[in-house]
Amino acid sequence: MLRNQVAIAGVGETDYSRDSGRSELTLALQAIQAALADAGISADEVDGLVRWTVDTSAEAEVAANLGLTSLSWFGEISQAGNVGAALVTSAAAAIHAGLANVVVVYRGVNGRSGRRYGRGEVTGRAGQGSAAFSEPFGVLTPQHGLAMHTRRRMHETSTTERQIGMVAVTERGHANRNPRATFYDRPLTIEDYMESRYVVEPFRLFACCLETDGGGALVLTSTERAKASGRPVAMIRAAAMCGYAADRSYIDTSAVTLAPRLWEQAGLAPSDIDVVQIYDHFAPFVIFALEDYGFVERGEGGPFVESGGAMWDGGALPVNTSGGHLSEAYLQGMNQLIESVRQARGESTAQVDNAQFSFVDTGVGTGAVILERG
Amino acid sequence: MMAELPLPVPSPDNQEFWDALTEGELRIQRCAACGTLRHPPRPMCAHCRSFDVEWVRMSGRGTVFSYIVTHQPIHPALVDRVPFATVIVELEEGPRLTTNLVDVSPAEITIGMPVEVVFQRASDEITLPLFRRASGARVG
Repeated sequence: MLRNQVAIAGVGETDYSRDSGRSELTLALQAIQAALADAGISADEVDGLVRWTVDTSAEAEVAANLGLTSLSWFGEISQAGNVGAALVTSAAAAIHAGLANVVVVYRGVNGRSGRRYGRGEVTGRAGQGSAAFSEPFGVLTPQHGLAMHTRRRMHETSTTERQIGMVAVTERGHANRNPRATFYDRPLTIEDYMESRYVVEPFRLFACCLETDGGGALVLTSTERAKASGRPVAMIRAAAMCGYAADRSYIDTSAVTLAPRLWEQAGLAPSDIDVVQIYDHFAPFVIFALEDYGFVERGEGGPFVESGGAMWDGGALPVNTSGGHLSEAYLQGMNQLIESVRQARGESTAQVDNAQFSFVDTGVGTGAVILERG
Repeated sequence: MMAELPLPVPSPDNQEFWDALTEGELRIQRCAACGTLRHPPRPMCAHCRSFDVEWVRMSGRGTVFSYIVTHQPIHPALVDRVPFATVIVELEEGPRLTTNLVDVSPAEITIGMPVEVVFQRASDEITLPLFRRASGARVG
């Protein structure tokens, strides 16, 4: 059992911008350096690197820059950007198995000034493979397929546009407390949301994630080693990944299949969780994930958010407390992993008092991690 | 020259689907061992794991299962075509196809709307299965 034997000892990020002016490799290295400093661990101790397949900075290049002469654990996880928790799971498993001692999960992306997810520049396949059955008809980017899913689930669960809008308003409120956030100084009301233009119906502009240049990194090691630095740590209470099936129902997310395994591994129930980060590439998926992980009943996610339940200020279960992908930055789960660690360490700009269990999903069911204050 | 949406690139796993369309038929893959229909085509039946396949002509009738309307022309091919609707049609035999409607404006689309297939030739090798509002009363 993984339970609390491995910890996230440090987190680091660069500034978030629309044009970083530097390479993706530089962004990744700057984030790694910051995370190691935060952990109080020397780069000399790093013996593992894991990363997103879609990123451009190979382990070999990072290792060469850090002066590492061998890696005990390395690897990538594919799909698109939505695999951060799966990478944490891989790194934690390696440490728990004794195959590596200090594993860094990293990414650096010029997601706005370089290759843009929002234009299909990362995921487009020019009509090949299974894309032969989607791209010729206008399903060209992740948002097209996810909008299709959203429309059907809105139909099934009576989720409304206003409820989706309240996800964006809730997160913007959190971003307005976070100086790192892209929309730190830009308030958003529900009226602003409902008046904003459609990008891909049913997604209005503010239901869509940002596109961001930036880097982020996490340093994982044994809880024992992490605590030796004398810094606050976030212990990994549970971590799990879940590949998705080819036949999607357009109703369930893969959180439906991941959730039972995750809760059993953690020995916890949704009601034990103090604060939640959910992969909000598009706002309605916050509602769907709250339902599919069991935080609320199916169909109750919209009303929960609409009534302020996900707000830091007074909500029963604060969600996406850094501003999330909608209002802080879109590092495809990395910034939310960082925020989940900050919550477990008591360091968030929207800190939940006495948070013991901090939950983070990085792909609406592709993976999730539950952290415990260490 | 106006940009076009990507055309399907057939593979050995789905060539027969596209060949049938050039002949004016919507044929869907069916497992020859257990009879389960599947789409998009794949080498193996996820139900019984047989590699044996046959191709079955569909009625061409179905209903709109879900739909989206692209307003921001993310792809150059959409610049002069927004608002641009994409739908998933659930065939009356069960399988679902991502497609477009030829005679329905985006604002008129509703989930459950009855539709029927039409064939739009895109090249010598590729004909796309598109849909229009169902003509008869037998659907709905």
